[in-house]
Amino acid sequence: MEFQTISYELKVNGKTYRVDDVEPRMLLADVLRDVLGLTGTHLGCEHGVCGACTVLLAGLPARSCLMLGIGAQGKEITTVEGLAPDEEHLSALQEAFWEEHGLQCGFCTSGILTTMTWFLKQNPTPTRAEIREALSGNLCRCTGYQNIVTAVERAAANMKAASE
Amino acid sequence: MTIGEAIKRIEDPRLLVGKGQYVADVRVPGLLEACVVRSPYAHAKILGIDSSAASAIKGVVAVVTASDLPSNLQPIPMRLTPAPELAHALQMPLASNVVRYAGEPVAVIVADSRYVAEDAAEQLLVEYEMFPAVTDIGAAMRADAPLLHPMLSSNTIYSMASKKGDSNQSLRQAPYRLTLDFGIQRHAAVPLETRGLVAIPDEEGRIHVYGPTKVVHFNRIILASLLNCDPALIHFIETDVGGGFGVRGEFYPEDFLIPFIARNVRQPVRWIEDRMEHLKATNHSREQRHHLTVGFDDSGRLLGLEDEIWVNTGAYIRTHGVTVPELTQAMLPGPYDWPAFHLITHVVVTNKTPMGTYRAPGRYEGTFVRERLVEAVAHTLHLDPTVVRDRNFIQSEQMPYTVGTHGLGEDVVFDSGDYSRILTIAKQHMQWADFPGRKAQAREQGHLRGMGWAFFVEKSGLGPWEQARVGLGAEGTFYCHSGLAALGQGTETLLAQLISDQLGIKPEQVKLVHGDTDVVPAGNGSFASRGTATGGIAAYVAAKELRKRILIVAEHCFEAAPLDLQLGPEGPYLVGSPSRRMGWRQVAAYAGNVGIELDVRERYDAPHMTYPYGVHAAEVDVDWETGRISIERYLIAYDVGRAVNPALVKGQIRGGMVQGLGGALLEELAYDDDGQLLSGTFMDYLLPTSCEAPDIEVIITEDAPSRHNPLGVKGCGEGGTTGVGAALANAVADALDAPPEAFTALPIRPETARAWIRRLSALQRLDRL
Repeated sequence: MEFQTISYELKVNGKTYRVDDVEPRMLLADVLRDVLGLTGTHLGCEHGVCGACTVLLAGLPARSCLMLGIGAQGKEITTVEGLAPDEEHLSALQEAFWEEHGLQCGFCTSGILTTMTWFLKQNPTPTRAEIREALSGNLCRCTGYQNIVTAVERAAANMKAASE
Repeated sequence: MTIGEAIKRIEDPRLLVGKGQYVADVRVPGLLEACVVRSPYAHAKILGIDSSAASAIKGVVAVVTASDLPSNLQPIPMRLTPAPELAHALQMPLASNVVRYAGEPVAVIVADSRYVAEDAAEQLLVEYEMFPAVTDIGAAMRADAPLLHPMLSSNTIYSMASKKGDSNQSLRQAPYRLTLDFGIQRHAAVPLETRGLVAIPDEEGRIHVYGPTKVVHFNRIILASLLNCDPALIHFIETDVGGGFGVRGEFYPEDFLIPFIARNVRQPVRWIEDRMEHLKATNHSREQRHHLTVGFDDSGRLLGLEDEIWVNTGAYIRTHGVTVPELTQAMLPGPYDWPAFHLITHVVVTNKTPMGTYRAPGRYEGTFVRERLVEAVAHTLHLDPTVVRDRNFIQSEQMPYTVGTHGLGEDVVFDSGDYSRILTIAKQHMQWADFPGRKAQAREQGHLRGMGWAFFVEKSGLGPWEQARVGLGAEGTFYCHSGLAALGQGTETLLAQLISDQLGIKPEQVKLVHGDTDVVPAGNGSFASRGTATGGIAAYVAAKELRKRILIVAEHCFEAAPLDLQLGPEGPYLVGSPSRRMGWRQVAAYAGNVGIELDVRERYDAPHMTYPYGVHAAEVDVDWETGRISIERYLIAYDVGRAVNPALVKGQIRGGMVQGLGGALLEELAYDDDGQLLSGTFMDYLLPTSCEAPDIEVIITEDAPSRHNPLGVKGCGEGGTTGVGAALANAVADALDAPPEAFTALPIRPETARAWIRRLSALQRLDRL
């Protein structure tokens, strides 16, 4: 039951990384975390339900626990580490989560931020019901979701105000 | 002053950019990975284990079974509420002879990677002889039931009782009596991060363990005793964790196995639980039944209660001992001035995963039973259920009020409270007086609308003590070493806020250290809603003393009177002459010169637990056709004595409510008759999503500060959860005008509601207009 190892490249948060000598069966989440050291992507269930491992793959949310690392070759990957504009600042969405107490333990937060980053691009002026719908693929066990919904609402308002 | 302000959390910036450090993020060279092989059967004898094929796989470093453990190894002891007679029901880290639940560890495989370790697990051959399993409380108590622990002569391994007055006589003389059965299903905390450990042995014979978070000082002693080594050789380091809720950080089999194996293979070992493992291996909770009789008069005055309770504790007694059954019984009487009660609780073992505490242990269950019961009494008498509650409340002038029960080593004595007042506030907020009109209007429009109430009394601030060390370092930075643990609830912000309040600095100026047993020598950790009311007080008192000493230093330096001095983020300064100031580094240096120690150690002894209280109210719609329950409004009014950070308090309440909602409507660890867990994934074990969770209205009152601590604070971690099962059951029952025996079991699913709609319609007691 030995596997040949393979090497490939991944583009993550605008940088190209070498992934050397890994088993082909290695999941994208494990490659990001254990090979590239990008541990901001979290694993909560490893069967695609909880959403904690969500990354953006070519701009679309994807469960990094449900795909192989090699399957992400050639596509731009964005993880939670890639959401802030620079080391000193948070993104408008991250800022709103801080303001609204939109996180407690922070474990689900990475996947929620990536998903909501995509969602606000699709729908820059969402209602609370639309936010709840868009959030429903991400489980949170601490907050009860309410402050997350409020944070997304606030981020949308702030982003709109900033663009006007 | 920052106490009482909803300041932003100091934990958040790093968590928001993916820089949290959870146990699975700990990186060390040469890290091996462990996979725990678990019994597929609920009850069986292990006839033999053949590890040759597993060991032969390239990359496998060790295959450990019970025969590799020390022959004199002791089982995992009880931490809380120990009962010596239960020693025969404790769990060994690996099963050696008989397995008693599906998921019980039988071997550990350590390999270069988790992938290889799981390959090897498939090759490990374990031969079992299956025994009949018991999963149900009733079946376990039958005379011919298979005995789980032959050293204990029955599957009912423990019983306890609390008595006040003569309940027998009270019930006999009561004008009305109701006898009902209640049940709460097995469910669990299920934090979003599973458990995990990284154990790193060093050259000096010490072992550094990342991952145990909650009660590290307790657990270090347990590990030292199981490893038969000096506790000084063990170093626990708390990491960020993805939620605690009672289950995380208890001492589980893996908490022995992973450090033990790391020491033996002399290499760091990581074990990260997967989700199915978590649902089978980490403590379950809640499963219990009640058979009770209540007596009352025609005004709704409660005259007596007899309740016999059976708690399905699973296959073994774990670290919580009999905490859950004891707290069920201790807090069951709730806010009411019962003239008499007799409560008997039995602990029953079955072939299911062992049980421990889960947020509001015993109170979620007991509050469901008691508050559903009170509404049943009101329904029977055609009285307003809030009035029935009000007529039975313990009055504030009766406090401190001795309930007549006992929990966590203390008599239950309510310290302060004005129950009527908070109920009045909640009734006004929910426009209760207008509710009959809303209900009738909804009926006309084809909806079934109901409102349900649940009053609760919580416990918090369990001692016996907590300690803090607060000081100003030579480099001019403040530190706080606390014996508390951070489980995601905002402990760091809370401590920094209390300290900054005294020192005039910004919360982010305080460097917090907790959960590192090399740096913080002692502590009791975070559980039982104790953090603010114990460790918070210790830090506050230490900061107050530090302030005093800093002012003495400044007096010396400025040769000024204390009244003319103030402390600010940059340092002390003279009021009125802003140029006369000193920086914190200067203060530290000057203090050294004049011999004033700016390092304060404070131990706070909590004299008694403190009891916050509140009320939940739910307004729901139940769909005629599908039984679907939608929550239209939900209110929690909660008196926490004093809210240090209202945003964090509300966060605790809202998050707690949604966990309670899961237990009320969705979550169930269901088993088949052979003891197989049927809900081992998130597709079967349904956590509430953003679409099931409502917006929750929260009112925090500060009417009844605790008499036990200088800030008057009470804990807020659990009351959001406590009343949800009861409030939702009562709301659904009210929507259907259902009789007392309806909705006495959780969870309430659409099919439950639908069955009652059908039944009541057939009896022409529920008419669709």
